[in-house]
Amino acid sequence: MSNLISNLTSDQNVKQQDTKRILAKKAAEREVLKENRRKERAEKLKERTYVEEFDRGVYDIKNPNTYEIMLKKGLNEEIVREISSIKNEPDWMLEKRLAALKIYHKLKNPNWGPDLSELNMDEIATYIRPKAQMESNWQEVPDEIRRTFELLGIPEAELDYLSGVGAQYDSEVVYHNMKDYLALQGVVYTDFESAVEQYPEIIQEYFGTCLKPNLHRYSALHYAVWSGGSYVYVPEGVHVDIPLQSYFRMNAPGAGQFEHTLIIVEKGGSLHFIEGCSAPRYNTINLHAGGVELFVKEGAKLRYSTIENWSRNMYNLNSKRAIVEKDGVIEWISGSFGSRVSMLYPASILIGEGARSEFTGITFAGAGQTLDTGAQVVHKAPHTYSTVETKSISKGGGKAIYRSLVQVDEGAYGCKSNTDCQSLMLDAQSRGDTIPTIILKNDDVDFGHEAKIGRIDDQAIFYLMSRGLSEEDAKAMIVRGFAEPVAKELPLEYAVEMNELINLELKGAIG
Amino acid sequence: MSVMLEVSDLKVAVDDVEILQGVDLEIRRGEVHVLMGPNGAGKSTLARTIMADPQFEQVEGDIYFEGENINDFSTDERAKLGIFLTFQNPLEVAGISVEDFLRTTKMELTGEDISIIKFKRELQGHMQDLDLNQIYAERYLNVGFSGGEKKKGEILQMSVLNPDLVMLDEPDSGLDVDAVRIVSQTVADFLSDKKKSCLIITHHSVILESVKPDFAHILIDGKIVKRGGPELIERVNNEGYNWIREELGLEKVHDEVLD
Repeated sequence: MSNLISNLTSDQNVKQQDTKRILAKKAAEREVLKENRRKERAEKLKERTYVEEFDRGVYDIKNPNTYEIMLKKGLNEEIVREISSIKNEPDWMLEKRLAALKIYHKLKNPNWGPDLSELNMDEIATYIRPKAQMESNWQEVPDEIRRTFELLGIPEAELDYLSGVGAQYDSEVVYHNMKDYLALQGVVYTDFESAVEQYPEIIQEYFGTCLKPNLHRYSALHYAVWSGGSYVYVPEGVHVDIPLQSYFRMNAPGAGQFEHTLIIVEKGGSLHFIEGCSAPRYNTINLHAGGVELFVKEGAKLRYSTIENWSRNMYNLNSKRAIVEKDGVIEWISGSFGSRVSMLYPASILIGEGARSEFTGITFAGAGQTLDTGAQVVHKAPHTYSTVETKSISKGGGKAIYRSLVQVDEGAYGCKSNTDCQSLMLDAQSRGDTIPTIILKNDDVDFGHEAKIGRIDDQAIFYLMSRGLSEEDAKAMIVRGFAEPVAKELPLEYAVEMNELINLELKGAIG
Repeated sequence: MSVMLEVSDLKVAVDDVEILQGVDLEIRRGEVHVLMGPNGAGKSTLARTIMADPQFEQVEGDIYFEGENINDFSTDERAKLGIFLTFQNPLEVAGISVEDFLRTTKMELTGEDISIIKFKRELQGHMQDLDLNQIYAERYLNVGFSGGEKKKGEILQMSVLNPDLVMLDEPDSGLDVDAVRIVSQTVADFLSDKKKSCLIITHHSVILESVKPDFAHILIDGKIVKRGGPELIERVNNEGYNWIREELGLEKVHDEVLD
């Protein structure tokens, strides 16, 4: 953000200083109010803790809630204008925000899927700026925030096996850096605000065209209040050989995170992009409604890997969409852990002949969680291919629902699509479900769909225990084995992280 | 020799149906016992109950291991005491290789850290004894194994984990002649120092020629109805179980499949 602010005219500067001062004063007043309310609520919550609480180790580290700016809770035009003004955005972006806000007000929650009635936008602060500027050197990042990312292993990962890292803390990106040799090849990897400022033509051309604001209520919300996120541009024929990673950390309670990620891989280029998310646990509802738009051009290849590990107070209503041109390939690797409710169905729109989509996903729902996840593929061109392989695990009364759409359009002949979804329920209280929607508009389709729902095999647990493993370890071994097809798609370090998450979830509520 | 396993008046039920109706059994250190009986008599039930299989309910009776009552011990606790059961149909567990699995369990049982290299060497030795291809160690536990490989895998696990009491539940069924010979020899070698004890369930005499049981128990309809030495085994092998039923005044069974 530093370069953004330095470009301000003095008038704007003064105006912004005023805004900041007023906001800071308001924030301080709210802190006192909040503190009182927090104490009050803490008492109440002791009686009605609906989620099974357990220690999630480093993921649960909470930093004090001190911010440079925290907008008041709720959602209205004033707030949207304030976000835009704080970011000193061009008018066209403000207009897009306001248009999206109108759409948001018109749309209702979906009439299917998990219950979202508990999510009240009046209780969500949509913009929280941490006390930090964006840096390209970890040492410049304020200690407390840097420490959080260090415990999450991000700076080490950057040194060891990434070619670039972006780190977002609440609403703003606090760190962004990429190896020089990629920049020399014309690769761009930056926070989204800088992209709006530095590449306005490209952003105007692509922004909101893949994932449209009117897609559903929370994509409209996303476009009204987006903040942070990443922009990646891979020029024609360039292969980014080492992954880039953006990590999104939410620290504030009662807040929302709405990062926007836009990736363009030009003709014949390739990229592996990794997205990580986590938040500490609070007893107030938090909301994550990020937006991901991916453009895979002719013959290009993009692998988009995600491990989301939210705390149990999170509504994760994330939207992800890719448009894939002729002979392009999109590969989704998706791990959904944590959250109170998740609705996440990454979509691939195959618009060019020979385009391909491969989706591999794993979802783990524990006590008090409803994870409604899956994938969407729309075959719009002939000879396009898609595979979906998902594994869902539920335990302690958790619900893991696989929901999908596979659509093959009239002119899209000679397509091939195969789905294999498996659910593993670890006890009798848990629920696994598959809700596929299949729309085939022509006959020339090679289509397969296989779904398997089962409980964990008591005899397999007995077998492993008879070799000396505890019940917990035996279950973990079986679940890891079940998850293995997904784990093997991840870079080693992330596979290890995923296994640790599985162990953590299993320990959480052995039933 | 001291008593290693003692089972007294054991009654076991599945879904309220009593399968074992008061079984007594005593196995001393260094002894080999064979448990024989027609299909459905409850032989596997006895072995699995000693291993605390949750599908069987121990209704009455006691199980002691080296003098300690282990009625309330979980399966893994019994494994840690040194009890081991080979499964008739070993289960498939994806995501973990045979080698990683055995090293993990061995460390769990011994409470000691075991170096990967040292363990690999040990495992390779045992695999050679069983004529198992070295690739086998890298494969996921029992996943995609042939029937014979699964059976040999159970014996491999026994060799590696080195228990005091081995219960072999039809270790020889479904194996070809060569494999039966190899498995029999491996078990015989394992027991050769006379410090370990064995309860073997089998319908075949080939393995017993190598393993040489000291005692035989005949289980019919959930009760041990006859006990004896090697001469009993030979008579059952030649004549089946009807002569015993006759002695007991039970109804004879025709066309009994001994295999």
